[in-house]
Amino acid sequence: MFRHMWIFLHKLASPPHFYGLAAKMIPWFYVSGLLLIAYGTIAGLFYAPADYQQGDAFRIIYVHVPAAYLSMMAYSIMAISAGIGLIWRMKLAHAVAAAAAPLGAWFTFLALATGSIWGRPMWGTWWEWGDPRLTSELIMLFLYFGYMSLRAAIDETSKADKASAVLILVGAVNVPIIHFSVEWWSSLHQGPTLVREGGPAIETAMLYPLLGMILGFTLFFGALLLARVRAEVLHRERRSRWVRNLILGESA
Amino acid sequence: MTEPANPTLWQGFAAVVKRDLLLAYKRPGDMLNPLFFFAMVSTLFPLAIGPAGDQLKLLGPGVVWVAALLSVLLSLNSMYLSDLEDGSLDQLILSPQPLPLIALGKTVAHWLVSGFPLVLVSPLIAITYQMPTETIGVMVVTLTLGTISLSLLGSVGAALTVGLSRGNALLSLLVLPLAMPVLIFGARTVALAAADDAVSAGVYFLAAYCMLALSFAPFAAAAALKISNE
Amino acid sequence: MMEMLAMGKYGAYVWSSFGLMFIVMIACVVQARSRHRKMYQQIESRLKAMDSAT
Repeated sequence: MFRHMWIFLHKLASPPHFYGLAAKMIPWFYVSGLLLIAYGTIAGLFYAPADYQQGDAFRIIYVHVPAAYLSMMAYSIMAISAGIGLIWRMKLAHAVAAAAAPLGAWFTFLALATGSIWGRPMWGTWWEWGDPRLTSELIMLFLYFGYMSLRAAIDETSKADKASAVLILVGAVNVPIIHFSVEWWSSLHQGPTLVREGGPAIETAMLYPLLGMILGFTLFFGALLLARVRAEVLHRERRSRWVRNLILGESA
Repeated sequence: MTEPANPTLWQGFAAVVKRDLLLAYKRPGDMLNPLFFFAMVSTLFPLAIGPAGDQLKLLGPGVVWVAALLSVLLSLNSMYLSDLEDGSLDQLILSPQPLPLIALGKTVAHWLVSGFPLVLVSPLIAITYQMPTETIGVMVVTLTLGTISLSLLGSVGAALTVGLSRGNALLSLLVLPLAMPVLIFGARTVALAAADDAVSAGVYFLAAYCMLALSFAPFAAAAALKISNE
Repeated sequence: MMEMLAMGKYGAYVWSSFGLMFIVMIACVVQARSRHRKMYQQIESRLKAMDSAT
């Protein structure tokens, strides 16, 4: 059983195999993700009842929460793949980490922007330093920028892989500490928060669209990640025989 | 004088620290520039904001901490750069001593040259911000723990960026977000002390962070040094 | 219908959030595809140049 799994994983990690398999998987991820996002958007905008405190402004949750969740998830994926890449010297894992970074940055930006838009009617300001979640997201964005700049500054791919892997692992140790310290910092100055803690249980008509959005965003992210890893693999394997056969075979 | 054939770990560590301190002594500019920078940034704020005492009292802890963070950052770039330029970095990496220990030695020397003088000067700046004496004590404790953490954290960043063109700006981009917990707890603890509030939580946090950095950073810096010098 | 689209008095905020979501989604897809195409074309032109040289 484990042997079969190991062989499967090994095959998956071989670049030509991955390149072909990912191409087949991407459309399925896109379609299922977009369907769920469409459901979440329509149900969230028109069928979920308005919040009794925030009115219709609460509907921003259907964009903000999935985006914030993905920004954390992308960072976890990067940390795990960086660890795998450093320990088992698996090149595909480094490619995954490199591909996830810009996506994580995009979704972090989306979480920040929608958080700010949400804050305007709720708090009366575009930016509220007292909210620990927004401040944490801002620091996350800087972490993504740091990672991408380090990669961009190193020409040699294998060196960039390893150096950025060390950075992301050091960052992964720090991220929980950053969240904790921002939480502590804002608790000194009792700031307003968007999501009520211990408030009334969320209604199912509100909850299902949110779950749909989260799952849809995840699948959509999966498709984007696979597409980006394919590009990375192509670039890394540009001198290999299979890439040569793939490209010249197709065009000839 | 003959060197022992197989220097012990402690001897290797001490040799690295001693060598870096000697180098710093020969080039006092490296040591003094961050210190001047620290004093200068602290002067900028009253000039920019106005001389009102109440306001400065309120801002003091934050200003001192931001200035300290920036000046430590300024001194980080040179941590491994001169070793790279004169080729001694290769020797350090190839030496039989464990690389994390050497990285720790470099970090200790860096703190003694940049962080420690800054801690010594900080009470002067605190006085100009009209900080009460008890608060100054808390500030010195937090700055000591904080600058050690920053040197350790910075050693990883410096090792990652050594030899890269435009490494200095990149170094700030890498280290600053990671340094935020230190800044938050350092500055807020001093502010709490100024407001006669309990400070133990912040000090314990900084001590814990310092220990965490002490146990992880040398290994991360050693790994980064090896990668940068492949 | 119009009342539904107005989202109480929060229409501008809600719609701009969802609009931003679609912009980011499209940007991500375009970026991912163009990156792959760029890599592919780079390698293709290099391989062709190599073949014509030999």
